[in-house]
Amino acid sequence: MKIFIPTPLRVYTEKQDAVEVAGTTVAEALSALTMKYPDFQKHLYTGEGKLRSFVNVYLNDEDVRYLPEGDKTPVKDQDTLSIIPSIAGGCCRTGDRAFGACCCCRD
Amino acid sequence: MLKVSDPVYEAMRQHGEETYPHECCGVMLGRSEDAVNAVTEVVRAGNTRTDSAHNRYHIAPQELIRIQRQGREKGLDIVGFYHSHPDHPAQWSPTDFAEAHWLGCSYVITAVEKGAARQTNSFRLTGHTEETKKFEPEPISVTGQNTPGLGPE
Repeated sequence: MKIFIPTPLRVYTEKQDAVEVAGTTVAEALSALTMKYPDFQKHLYTGEGKLRSFVNVYLNDEDVRYLPEGDKTPVKDQDTLSIIPSIAGGCCRTGDRAFGACCCCRD
Repeated sequence: MLKVSDPVYEAMRQHGEETYPHECCGVMLGRSEDAVNAVTEVVRAGNTRTDSAHNRYHIAPQELIRIQRQGREKGLDIVGFYHSHPDHPAQWSPTDFAEAHWLGCSYVITAVEKGAARQTNSFRLTGHTEETKKFEPEPISVTGQNTPGLGPE
């Protein structure tokens, strides 16, 4: 199956935007990816082996975290996995300024 | 450096004016080479933070996947993101930093004051890991002009 790699992590896949791996479940496919490219491990998982909170893995159009079987979900060759780091942010809360803790309010 | 054409640059700023007093957000597609993120087009994204849209933004991962796919079909990559700071400076906030995970990408922020786009700045997320990442200001080159930030002060 194919795993799509986001821009920041292509440095670990010889600049490939997609990698073909073998596996019968999501977990096996991700394991095959980290076996092939060991540097991926620390970007996907915490030291305890849990998927980092800001890393989203989608099986086709479904968030793997919310699939009934999670990363044990079976996959087929024609399925795709997408690794997508989250994107969020925003300006400070009003209170942040009072404590001088907000970079965006620094004059 | 962030390279962007004038119409694309203005499209980002205009988006911030349209969503004022809420934050806008979107994705920059283009190519990244060496120290340059060259933007070819921007794609507007929905802000899922409807609970606090005046000071928070979040792009749904599914939308990111769709935009990434759209870019791939054109031979373009995600090279950065943009959002607005309504009635706040165009500087990254602690929230922006904590929620930034696309190493090597550019994060563009436009200050929108009372509905009018003011300063626009870009920050490159540098470093090799979450633990070593940092935001570095980067110049914006718009239609051949190089400047660390454009727009009226």
